[in-house]
Amino acid sequence: MKEVYLDNSATTRAYGCVGELVKKVMCEDYGNPSSMHRKGVEAEKYIKEAKETLARLWKVKEKEIFFTSGGTESDNLALIGAARANNRSGKHLITSAIEHPAIINTMRYLEEEGYRVTFLPVDRYGRIRLEALKEALCEDTILVSVMYVNNEVGSVQPIQEAAGIVKAYNKNILFHVDAVQGFGKYRIYPKKLKVDMCSISGHKIHGPKGIGALYIDERVKIKPIVFGGEQQKNIRSGTENVAGIAGLSLAARTIYENLDEKVEKMRGLKQHFIEGVTKIKNTTVHGLYDETSAPHIISVGFAGIRSEVLLHALEEKGIYVSSGSACSSNHPQVSGVLRGIGAGQEFLDATLRFSMSEFTTLEEIDYTLDTLYNIVPMLRKYTRR
Amino acid sequence: MRFSTFLLKYGEIGIKGKNRYLFEDALVRQVRRALSDVDGEFKVYKSQARIYVDCVGEYDFEDAAAHLKRVFGLVGICPVVRLTDTGFEGLKKDVVAYMDETYPDKNLTFKVETRRAKKSYPKNSMEISRDLGEAVLYAFPEIRVDVHHPDVMLNVEVRTDGIYVYSQVIPGAGGMPVGTNGKAMLLLSGGIDSPVAGYMIAKRGVEIEAVYFHAPPYTSERAKQKVIDLAKIVSRYAGPIKLHVVNFTDIQLYIYDQCPHEELTIIMRRYMMRIAEHFSQKDGCLGLVTGESIGQVASQTMQSLAATNDVCKEPVYRPLIGFDKRDIVELAEKIGTFETSIQPFEDCCTIFVAKHPVTKPNVEVIRRSEEKLCEKIEELVKTAVETAEIIKVG
Repeated sequence: MKEVYLDNSATTRAYGCVGELVKKVMCEDYGNPSSMHRKGVEAEKYIKEAKETLARLWKVKEKEIFFTSGGTESDNLALIGAARANNRSGKHLITSAIEHPAIINTMRYLEEEGYRVTFLPVDRYGRIRLEALKEALCEDTILVSVMYVNNEVGSVQPIQEAAGIVKAYNKNILFHVDAVQGFGKYRIYPKKLKVDMCSISGHKIHGPKGIGALYIDERVKIKPIVFGGEQQKNIRSGTENVAGIAGLSLAARTIYENLDEKVEKMRGLKQHFIEGVTKIKNTTVHGLYDETSAPHIISVGFAGIRSEVLLHALEEKGIYVSSGSACSSNHPQVSGVLRGIGAGQEFLDATLRFSMSEFTTLEEIDYTLDTLYNIVPMLRKYTRR
Repeated sequence: MRFSTFLLKYGEIGIKGKNRYLFEDALVRQVRRALSDVDGEFKVYKSQARIYVDCVGEYDFEDAAAHLKRVFGLVGICPVVRLTDTGFEGLKKDVVAYMDETYPDKNLTFKVETRRAKKSYPKNSMEISRDLGEAVLYAFPEIRVDVHHPDVMLNVEVRTDGIYVYSQVIPGAGGMPVGTNGKAMLLLSGGIDSPVAGYMIAKRGVEIEAVYFHAPPYTSERAKQKVIDLAKIVSRYAGPIKLHVVNFTDIQLYIYDQCPHEELTIIMRRYMMRIAEHFSQKDGCLGLVTGESIGQVASQTMQSLAATNDVCKEPVYRPLIGFDKRDIVELAEKIGTFETSIQPFEDCCTIFVAKHPVTKPNVEVIRRSEEKLCEKIEELVKTAVETAEIIKVG
């Protein structure tokens, strides 16, 4: 059966060259980068090379790059580490209402530790309201965290404006960006954006799972959240995941090759898909369609069909997507993001996310549209009554 | 202290007259099967109306005991210390050491019971019991003798290959050895009840097969995996289970199209029973098993049960019929299926359930409703049966 993978915001297929490199590092250059002998030095080279790569792509210094186990750990380290290191200046944190759980739940944890957190509302397109940010800032604020691209509806946040507002209010307030969905689709320059910390993940850019990175501006005070052998300047202990780091680096280099072309192609496909899918009655595309939204994410509500059912029906045709909101009959949990953008009640439990990669083709999109044309009317006929 | 042997006690088999060896042999097979997953080498054999497991070399005692506790037909599992016969003085020392190590708190009553299979032993049973009792009393002043209701029954068996000492009895699962009472077809859903029903039937010595109805795309691969996982847990007690996975979607949608919506669940269940019975007859099962209990939900009222039962020729066994949900949950927790059962996946019975399903269906009415299906249903059932996936679990 044809396989059409449209769940690239969940994870991506690794580039072939990444797989080969990871294998080579694991099986041949397997030294511990902390070892003093040649095997260790060989391994360390991969880390150095990866830092160079990310430093170049981000236009930052190599010493400002740290490797973690993934986007979640990068977010945890940024928020918890920076909050703890700066809590003498204040205990107020700001984020948006539509962040990834790695941010939301870390913020909730910090609330338990005695911090006060403001969750900024978003407009109907899923962008934070800058006015609300201005109002939320106060003397006690030490850290603001806003995502680059929302993972559910693909809205792109006005990071530069937001960071500008924050820094104008008080240049000591730290600004963190969760760029897990934005990295590899946008050129992100933290210094230019006035961003102090930035999280990315390997497996969203055709790299390995279990590897992520965090940019930390050299002036930022941060405390570690894991303790051990004091690797990575004691910010992140633990033997470096050399294979993962090498894979992340190669994936990052590869994804940024001809980036504009890739993005343009995805935008074209996104436009085509939206035109096609809105021909189906009672559907809606959440968020924005245009250039101000991510090129690869399309969130579509199909009124009257539970997203899980449509997801499995597409699966039967070889098409893999995500439900827009994790939901099951026994534990109704509707997406905070869809609620946040004020999506209609009929779409809360009826939304799918289609997310593309540079490998997605027009033929795959057309096949997906044809499949939807066939199954949506059929599924709408059979409902609980 | 090392337990080199388990002495296994069985209950009801003991009264089975001339067929007894059949039951014992089945029990030996089940014990061997249960121990096949445990690290170590075990020799299982019958001897003098008992079953012994000799543990050769190193083995994991806790794990072996846990596996034996799942074997139906065993009422007690006694870990035995096997002593080499070094004369009576040596035996006294060893028995005192055994008591000391097994019962750190000596505030107890005991009695020694001896069996002497090796008739050449210089003392008879009475003498052995008496003299060993004396040695224990002498060693531990707090210990007292109670010949009628002792806290500890210290068993000593003098055999040709050594002297067996045991006093602990780990309660067994009870019931009858699987394989001694035919085979039944279990209707297994992903819920809490049906795995427990399977356990209950298997406990009476019945081998089980199972049938599961899934309804893609309304139910997911994970829901199916959950049922396989449940079957695997039940198979730890019941032995390998042949699981039939039937795609029920088309039948369900056809009923949805043709029949009154409030009767959907009942009619669906009637077709599930028919399909289960088909597999049951094909594989030589002697009845169907369900997890139903009276009044639990709309489809389990007396009227609904009658309406469902109406399509079956084979007996339908409902071991949980008089159980409260609370009791079922307790059993599910005990046998280890509960955690898996409560994973939240939609099952095919709930996806189209009516807001107000019939609770007192009339069999005649339901039969008439089913006539509306006559055009296509036979073909659909045939396809469902033919395309069923067979999974061997356990």
